[in-house]
Amino acid sequence: MRSAAEIAAVCEEIVLDVGLSCVLRHRAESGKKAIGFLPIYAPREVVEAAGMLSVGVLGGGDQIEIIRGDAYFQSYICQLPRSVIEMGLSGKLDALDGMLFPAICDVIRNLSGMWQLLFPNKYVRYIDVPHNHDWEVGGKFYVHDLRELGRGLAGVSGVTPSDDRLREAIALHNENRRLLRALYDLRARAPHLVPTAEAYVVVRAGYQLPVEEHSAIVREYLEAARVSGRAPLDQSRVVLVGSFCEQPPLGLLKTLERAGCYIVDDDLVLGARFLRGDVDETGDPWEALARAYIAHGSHTSSRYVAGEQKGEYLIDLCKKRKAEGVVFCAPSFCDPALLEQPMLQTALEAANVQHTSFRYSENTAQFQAIHEQAGTFSDSIRLWSEDQ
Amino acid sequence: MSEQRSRSEAKTDAATEVEVPKEPSMLLQKELISGHFDKLAEAHERGQKVVYTFVPGNLTELLLAFDVLPVLPEINALQAGMRKKSGAYITEAEKLGHSEDVCSYVKCDIGMARTGLGPTGKKMPPPDMLLLSYTGCFTFMKWFELLKQEFPNAEVAMLHVPYQGDGIVTAEMRDYVVKQLRTEIVPKLEKLTGKKLDEDKLKGLLERSARAEEDLVWVLESGKHHPSPIDGYFGGVFYIGPIFTAFRGTEEGEHYYKVLREEVAGRIARKEGPITPLGPLNDQRYRIVVEGPPNWTSFREFWEMFAVEGAVCVASTYTKVGGLYDFGFRHDPTRPFETLSDYCLGCYTNLNLPSRTGMIAKYVKDYQADGFIVHSVKSCNSFSAGQLLMLREIEKRTGVPGGFIESDLVDPRYFSAANVKNRLESYFQMIEQRRRGGVGAASEVSP
Ligand code: SF4
Ligand code: SF4
Repeated sequence: MRSAAEIAAVCEEIVLDVGLSCVLRHRAESGKKAIGFLPIYAPREVVEAAGMLSVGVLGGGDQIEIIRGDAYFQSYICQLPRSVIEMGLSGKLDALDGMLFPAICDVIRNLSGMWQLLFPNKYVRYIDVPHNHDWEVGGKFYVHDLRELGRGLAGVSGVTPSDDRLREAIALHNENRRLLRALYDLRARAPHLVPTAEAYVVVRAGYQLPVEEHSAIVREYLEAARVSGRAPLDQSRVVLVGSFCEQPPLGLLKTLERAGCYIVDDDLVLGARFLRGDVDETGDPWEALARAYIAHGSHTSSRYVAGEQKGEYLIDLCKKRKAEGVVFCAPSFCDPALLEQPMLQTALEAANVQHTSFRYSENTAQFQAIHEQAGTFSDSIRLWSEDQ
Repeated sequence: MSEQRSRSEAKTDAATEVEVPKEPSMLLQKELISGHFDKLAEAHERGQKVVYTFVPGNLTELLLAFDVLPVLPEINALQAGMRKKSGAYITEAEKLGHSEDVCSYVKCDIGMARTGLGPTGKKMPPPDMLLLSYTGCFTFMKWFELLKQEFPNAEVAMLHVPYQGDGIVTAEMRDYVVKQLRTEIVPKLEKLTGKKLDEDKLKGLLERSARAEEDLVWVLESGKHHPSPIDGYFGGVFYIGPIFTAFRGTEEGEHYYKVLREEVAGRIARKEGPITPLGPLNDQRYRIVVEGPPNWTSFREFWEMFAVEGAVCVASTYTKVGGLYDFGFRHDPTRPFETLSDYCLGCYTNLNLPSRTGMIAKYVKDYQADGFIVHSVKSCNSFSAGQLLMLREIEKRTGVPGGFIESDLVDPRYFSAANVKNRLESYFQMIEQRRRGGVGAASEVSP
């Protein structure tokens, strides 16, 4: 049996491979085409029901040098789109026959149009998730949109995403979602067994693997982590917020933990865990996907929820995870994260939850300042809880 | 001042604040807008409800059918910018924890909201409702969530307008918006005002809108004349003022566009150009199309940088953020909900990048422009993300050179006059060189 660290190392290799060799290998083995999707949430089940691989594209991180990408974006736009453009122009995304751009922010939205201009022969679709959650209104609109997506994808693969095929994909993803929930639960219960840098790559590897294969890895990791015999340390327990789109470099996550913070929940690779409950495996599967989005969609900055008390979900999450503080960790120039942050901070202050914040970009290489800040924050939490 | 001053003379005193005559319609427009702020100040005393909403995809006729007064926070922010008050408001918002990285309109508005005053210094009533008509920019959503924190008693209504990802409006998109109008927006307005929607009144307002829209399009398209009787960007922001804000569908609004049209017709007949801060611009050396919103904190200085070079903006995209009327859309009183829906879906900010690119390329051709300039603003990802690619595409399609300048909407820290001026000067020089058959590399000014 492989150790947790060994499994994580394999996942890390997949995550750092911006050339998508693992996707290329699966394409070659299965003869299937592949469709990429940008953050946050895309209905991968539809892609798979149309007989293709669905591949999450989260930017080039600190793995690629930006040569052309900077000529496409002004300095005040976040890093992710420039690395995605760089990957596209340098052939690193050639394994993908199309790309989905979910509604998350104006940058990703406009990137969908850039893709149409730059890659006119690839399939491109903008996914407009509904902000109106009335079933008869937003629900029906989204069902129609999903069916349109299915038709478009069938045009790429030649495979019609029948109801049965879609139900099958839903079942496989339900299982994957359950495993990821178990992973997050285990980390919250025993964070010393599941370092976040490991959990992160284990989750993110799923963006490049067929879902069954990924589920097998998560299952194996869970078992290995449980018996890893790692000893608990006296660290503070924090929730990480703001990293739902452009991802922080792995070094940053490791720095936070080394500085004394156990991350007991986060919004990293949020798309993989976006639906917090199962999708119904019976009945009309298109409707089931839409209902799940409305009922179980995550609370995050780019999703509108009518009547939402800002920060309530975060306070509940802190309670559920027994977190002692919140670390706001958002990409520079990320409008959704940075506009949301003051509202969440106000709510946390009212609930007496401590917080700290910093910004990063996916290719940040210096972590010393963050180490110091996180260390001070962790110390203050521990002192504060002793005072209480 | 009746004659256009010589360029060298103008260059000398461009920086000094010389009062120049304004177009009569500009004065009328100013009166309308300040009258609206006066009305707002006393709205609650009169028992009138106040609804905050946004410019792109606004539902002015529907609001007026309920006798509520609209407040457009972007207009407040830009007005504060023009009055040089925005810097202080932005600083205030940043002190409250808002990031320097985000849209300055939002921060200006939040800072101003804390004072309880509007941009003219008059009282600004708190919103009875936040009507989030969500056309083309995610920041709007966050903006109203932030305002909800400032004004917890305000009712919230959300209209989700789908994006034209494929460059088209489908029947389903239209139906989705219509359904939301019927099931969410109208019932909430009825509850707020205690009145049932009077459809006939709404139709009457829409009818007037269409007439004013006809005149507006005529005015905007007059930029095709040589010389152009209008400045379709700097002057254009005045021309769109009433129709993009609280006056679409009103008698005053309709009257304004009649006056404006007559004024422009007079200039065409006399072969005159528009009045700029440096006087009438009759000798027009460069015909330019502009993409992106203006800078408001140094609006006049910015305009002067064009005028001093003899550059007239014949068309712009910013004058389409509140409606794409020149592509044929008119409000249609016979199908009020569908027409409101089409209007929201069609605003410039809701177009995808290929459509925006095609539109600018078309303007360059139709308006016989010598070039186009992209003014990229730091605040606005909705406009800015992708503009560099658009620039290249448009150059490729039209063969005319594109210029690229950067600043911001209302954050004075990001308007570097020297920088913008340098870039513009070398851009115009390049056009000049090309005219003379020299090699003017676009890369001199476009990154
Ligand atoms: S990091 Fe933020 S601003 Fe950038 S693409 Fe992602 S959500 Fe948009
Ligand atoms: S981001 Fe742009 S469109 Fe959106 S509110 Fe700010 S200025 Fe307006």
